Amino acid sequence: MNLAAAANENLANTSNVLIYSAMAVYTLAFLAHITEWVFGSRSAVGRTAAAITTEAQRTAAAVSVKVDKAGGGTAVLERPKVVTRSAPGSRDDVPDGPGAAGTSAKGDLYGRIAISLTVLSFALHAGGVLTRALSVERAPWGNMYEFSITFGMCAVGVYLGLLAAKKNVRWLGLPVVTTILLDLGLAVSVLYTESDQLVPALHSYWLWIHVSCAILSGAALYVGAVSTFFYRLRDGYELRLAAGKTGPGVLEKKLRGLPSDAPLSMRLGVRFHMAYDNALTRMPASATLDKFGYRINATVFPLWTFTIIAGAIWAEAAWGRYWGWDPKEVWSFITWVAYASYLHARATAGWKGRKAAYLALAAFGCYIFNYYGVNFLFGGKHSYSGV
Amino acid sequence: MSKTESTPAPEAPEDEAAAGARMSTAPVEEKAQSVPGSFGGVREPGALGWLAWTGREVTGWLRWFWRQLTSMRVALILLLLLSLATIPGSLIPQTSVDSMKADSWKEAHKTLTPVYEKLQLFHVYSSVWFSAVYILLFVSLIGCIVPRTWQFVGQLRARPPKAPHRFDRLPAHTGWKTDADPEQVLAAARKELKRKWFRTAVDGNAVSAEKGFLREAGNLLFHVSLIVMLVAFASAQLWKYEGGKLVVEGDGFSNTLTQYDDFRSGSFFSPDDLPPFGFTLNGFSGTYERTGPQRGTPRDYRAHVTYWNGSDGEKRDTTIKVNEPLEIGGSKVYLQGHGYAPKVTVRDGKGNIAYQGAVASLPLDNNVTETTVLKVPDYLDKDGKKDQLGFTGYFVPTFDPRIGPFSQFPALDNPALVLTAYHGSLGIDSGVPQSVYKLDISKMKQFKEGDRAFYRALKPGETMTLPNGAGTLKFEGIRSWATFQISHKPGDGPALAGAIAAIVGVAASLFVQRRRVWVRAVRGADGRTVVELGGLGRSESAKVPEELADIAAALQPAAPPVADEPAEEPADKPERPAEPSESSEGARA
Ligand code: HEM
Repeated sequence: MNLAAAANENLANTSNVLIYSAMAVYTLAFLAHITEWVFGSRSAVGRTAAAITTEAQRTAAAVSVKVDKAGGGTAVLERPKVVTRSAPGSRDDVPDGPGAAGTSAKGDLYGRIAISLTVLSFALHAGGVLTRALSVERAPWGNMYEFSITFGMCAVGVYLGLLAAKKNVRWLGLPVVTTILLDLGLAVSVLYTESDQLVPALHSYWLWIHVSCAILSGAALYVGAVSTFFYRLRDGYELRLAAGKTGPGVLEKKLRGLPSDAPLSMRLGVRFHMAYDNALTRMPASATLDKFGYRINATVFPLWTFTIIAGAIWAEAAWGRYWGWDPKEVWSFITWVAYASYLHARATAGWKGRKAAYLALAAFGCYIFNYYGVNFLFGGKHSYSGV
Repeated sequence: MSKTESTPAPEAPEDEAAAGARMSTAPVEEKAQSVPGSFGGVREPGALGWLAWTGREVTGWLRWFWRQLTSMRVALILLLLLSLATIPGSLIPQTSVDSMKADSWKEAHKTLTPVYEKLQLFHVYSSVWFSAVYILLFVSLIGCIVPRTWQFVGQLRARPPKAPHRFDRLPAHTGWKTDADPEQVLAAARKELKRKWFRTAVDGNAVSAEKGFLREAGNLLFHVSLIVMLVAFASAQLWKYEGGKLVVEGDGFSNTLTQYDDFRSGSFFSPDDLPPFGFTLNGFSGTYERTGPQRGTPRDYRAHVTYWNGSDGEKRDTTIKVNEPLEIGGSKVYLQGHGYAPKVTVRDGKGNIAYQGAVASLPLDNNVTETTVLKVPDYLDKDGKKDQLGFTGYFVPTFDPRIGPFSQFPALDNPALVLTAYHGSLGIDSGVPQSVYKLDISKMKQFKEGDRAFYRALKPGETMTLPNGAGTLKFEGIRSWATFQISHKPGDGPALAGAIAAIVGVAASLFVQRRRVWVRAVRGADGRTVVELGGLGRSESAKVPEELADIAAALQPAAPPVADEPAEEPADKPERPAEPSESSEGARA
């Protein structure tokens, strides 16, 4: 009897300790982000409002132009000045908000602390995933617990990677850290499975290919979905701004104008609205969020297509059919068609913008359902959840 | 570093519209509304007039319908419908996926079942309505692809469009003055653009260039490969065959229809097409998790076989594993499941052998507790009278007498065979087909020990003696059995090719940018040459201005700017609200 790689207890315990430590540090990062947002709220600026309400002051977000030094000799060439023009009628030239910290130096400091803490917890998290993989001597995604911790690691990795590539993603910090905490909390409490070996059908190099692509796609699609979600909120804010329903002083005036016997809930409602708009002012412009979300979703779509095809090839090897309408296969297909619809919607008049955004969110909902819903509700051949 | 700024857009004049045209082959949205009578036009009096009018009306509507079907909007709606239509199949057990589950669901939902059956909800993916959605989608797709392909071929042949008069209305532009000759500047520009893989054309005082045709090509390739995949799936359905076979250790299988336990094939497949091959199962080994919470979970299964291809092919040994089917004669042999078959010898009342062999038993749980059924139709009792015997019970690979006939582990740690016996009529001769795994005891009598039912738990090598000298059953040993699925699906190659092409195509379609660049050099009144560059992308993207700046920088050695007189900045006067010039585009990256 081959006791295929008896799980190494020590490594498995180390992994658990690392994951718990990562959660502790993520919590600190979360608190630091909250502090950043709180300090930033005191210095919220009216830049967006100015851009939307006064037509004449439109300035575009600076397009940085990379020009290679021609020749590199002594002659100093005058750099050409490229003038850009955005599509008329669009809100493409609304400037991005200043970020969570607003103009507050203190807020910015807390934001930087939060990012450093996120980097630290990411290292712990990655260590946890790695030791788990070593303890079972295979890919760390043989059951739902492992899938969840690896998924979370990839999502934070995508965020930090974009940050390192100097993309405008600092605003992602709070949402990402919050959801990773939820993800890990769920993983260690509900989904936890002792480290162990796999059933024979999972013994295949396709496990590495198929599942790693699925996890990476999911993590990136998650970031895309967050962006699309905030696009929707920010878009609403910009429309209200354009309609004069919010903006510097508007809600304050409304609050002052409330009759003295107005119920508390009404006052709180207006105050909540102020805080909400205050937060949205600091977010990137809706056009930026929209493009960012699209770029991620579009980049991932070919990878997701590949994931499904790799899965079909594996199913062919393991079960003798590449497609059998197993619930997991059904929902991957639905997710794929939903993302294809989203890409189509963006090319179809009357479906751009909000409607396309709803489609993107629904598509990501399908991805999540395929993961939690299908594993818990349906079982099927893919039930490796170990729960 | 060069800086950029934006200016509000003025309206798009004709030449600019032309400059941005033909950058994609996406169908354009139809604006005009169609109402009854809108295609027929004026109706001449009389029957002929009516006939002509009706003809125009009918063809008009047919054309309208076809244009609708092949429009982006309907394609989108059909895609959404497809994803919705796919859902029920994951909520309701499907006969084709798990027929046992479907059957037990039907048992449990007596009122819903007939309704669901009418709606074909137990085989969603071959139902009329599901087929209707995807067939419409693919008709729409073909109706969309064919004209798009012609259009694209036309675009490939065409020269890049002429430069618009004013570059300041393009999404990105730049310019400067130089003392170089206009011809020299244009020649340098053309060289530079060619070096950057642009298609170029010179007309008059400007160079037009275009790049990124791979985007459209990739998009068409992607959609065509979707059709290839669908055709491959369909043909696989028509010409496939697949079947299952349970083989006990030591036994063999040869690929003829009668050997299969169950067999399915596509409508165009004939059993004569079954290729001649076969194999014998020499042994089976399984390993299981010994410790931990997943104790008993299978870790590795291997079937050791000797196979041959062709009626007198050479014999070879190999192992078949769960992820590693045996490929043979254009078919694949998959290892699907396994179990144990206790080998027994039954002697009748006269001491003669009434049955000898391995009894394949069916696993009930994860620890491979199995139900065993043995029918002995040719049997004489101790008086030499004809009778029939039936045994039922459990085979337990790891037996714990304290717990009863429930296996504690899937491996053969402490095997036991727990059986009781009946005699009487097995009911085999009635002509109604019977399952070999079920004993019909309606016409049989159980053997008794006093007033208790007779049963024994046997270890290998042990014998049980039936009461009243009715005979014996010896538990000789244990054989493994394995189930195999043998299947042949002809469309695999094309389907895989289609899948790969789809990925390549969609990647090109999403990552490549189609864009145009114009360079104009004109000698001005002051004798200096004005160099102007303009760029236009299929969509707004930071890449277009970046690329324009790169080209401008590369051109400067050939057209050194005159430092004392900076390039004139065109004034921007937004005269009236402008029409979006690229209205059919999403704001893409
Ligand atoms: C079988 C289902 C279909 C799937 C899965 C599918 C998928 C896709 C995907 C993923 C894209 C994105 C590529 C991009 O944005 O450049 C795309 C683009 C496109 N599809 Fe489809 N499609 C399907 C059917 C159709 C049909 C029926 C039409 C005809 C109306 C069509 C016309 C187009 C066009 C014109 C584009 C390019 C849009 C653009 O250039 O932005 N597709 N399709």
